[in-house]
Amino acid sequence: MIEERFDAIVVGAGMAGNAAALSMARQGMKVLQLERGEYPGSKNVQGAILYADMMEKLVPEFREEAPLERHLVEQRFWMMDDRSHVGMHYRSDDFNEERPNRYTIIRAQFDKWFSSKVREAGATVLCETTVTELVRDERERIVGVRTDRRDGEIHADVVVLAEGVNGLLGTRAGLRARPTPDNVALAVKEMHFLPRETIEARFNLRGDEGVVIEAAGTISRGMTGMGFIYANKECISLGIGCLVADFQRTGQTPYGLLDQFKRHPSVLPLLAGSEVKEYSAHLIPEGGYKSIPQLYGEGWVVVGDAAQLNNAVHREGSNLAMTSGRIAAEAIGLVKSRGEPMTATNLSLYKRMLDESFVIKDLKKYKDLPPLMHTHSQNFFLTYPQLISKAMQNFVRVDGTPKVEKEKATLKSFVNARSWMGLFGDACRFARAWR
Amino acid sequence: MDAEPSVRVEDKLYYNRYLVDIGRPHVKVRAHTSPSPQLVALLKACPARCYELNDEGRVEVTVDGCIECGTCRVIAEPTGDIQWSYPRGGYGVLFKFG
Repeated sequence: MIEERFDAIVVGAGMAGNAAALSMARQGMKVLQLERGEYPGSKNVQGAILYADMMEKLVPEFREEAPLERHLVEQRFWMMDDRSHVGMHYRSDDFNEERPNRYTIIRAQFDKWFSSKVREAGATVLCETTVTELVRDERERIVGVRTDRRDGEIHADVVVLAEGVNGLLGTRAGLRARPTPDNVALAVKEMHFLPRETIEARFNLRGDEGVVIEAAGTISRGMTGMGFIYANKECISLGIGCLVADFQRTGQTPYGLLDQFKRHPSVLPLLAGSEVKEYSAHLIPEGGYKSIPQLYGEGWVVVGDAAQLNNAVHREGSNLAMTSGRIAAEAIGLVKSRGEPMTATNLSLYKRMLDESFVIKDLKKYKDLPPLMHTHSQNFFLTYPQLISKAMQNFVRVDGTPKVEKEKATLKSFVNARSWMGLFGDACRFARAWR
Repeated sequence: MDAEPSVRVEDKLYYNRYLVDIGRPHVKVRAHTSPSPQLVALLKACPARCYELNDEGRVEVTVDGCIECGTCRVIAEPTGDIQWSYPRGGYGVLFKFG
């Protein structure tokens, strides 16, 4: 056993773990952070978009130091059928501001930098160390961790579980349930490299401007899922994800979906001539508010993806992760400063503070949307995209048909596909869940 | 609709870096005579196609190309069909970009 005792052990060096370790170390706490990867970031997978506001709260000067890709000036939503897409674009020069709001990043590189800030703040970061078990005392309180290193038992007043969506420790210890196929999505991603000028020309970008495309529709073959295309400096992150339960039910393959997405006529020209340098996969928490587990207990708290803190509607995860990590660290700091023990009662402060933040407020707002999307996936991801595409084509194609007849045909296709009751019901259900 | 036969997952995995912990697989399939529906689902759901049907009709796992997403754990650990751990520290997939 390592004799040294820590104020806190943080398991994992992703966004949540780094935020927690940094914030605690800055408060003067003695922090040990354990990471199973070769370096912090080497196991971390994300699209990825970084939200500046949440990052600024942790490292105000990050823009000067961190490896950032492009600041986003444009967001595109594509509703796709097999040969078309109906798009909504929002582009604004307002996003070319002094302190831009969102950036694309490459996680393995960004996280390595983030971790260097954690070290500078005084935390001990130990990589290539897999935590295998939580250690309990005779009263069942969590008092430390066991690792796969020799003499691997280490003690601390509190353990911060930032172990990611597929964290084993908390689930094995019975602190929370294992994610179910219904509340996680599997996303696969490729990194496509192209010369910088080619990316800028294809996406209509100047300098470090960036764009993201979020796509839904028949690309997920009736499953609940989405595709994404993010422009980085010299590469494009392209991926697609669907609910694990849907993969299980349909027998579709993730790489089959990815391949089909890449070959879509709207996507193919963006990738032409690219060199793929990595293929990755990751689970994404999709259950929303209703799947958030118990967040604290005797000697422990859970943060980030491990706590299912992901806003599936806005595709926000990393900011919820780093905010929950920071808030947990602040709550722990407050308990410690009062000289009180890390009991469940005292650590409940973390949940109270998180409830007051945008993290829980946003997830609460959309609490009914994930179940709706999951149970009506055929309609929302297959039928409507096809109908809307047909309607658009009917609208723009000039073929001598009187406009009145065109409109009638469009309306008829909607009613035939969903019926008046169905259309009305879908609209109500969606509005209610969005509210 | 079947998956495109043209997609070769092996080629995709070739882009990645791995440090394989030889002789210590982090995922194991429980011995069986005929595979459960959960095990059969893994043949398609695993994004690295680590699961394959052998000549005896049993599901086998080869973890060398595993990208550690956890999909198989979510599907087949509850039924006891597989045992899932993370690789030892430093081993497994090493993402350059992530």
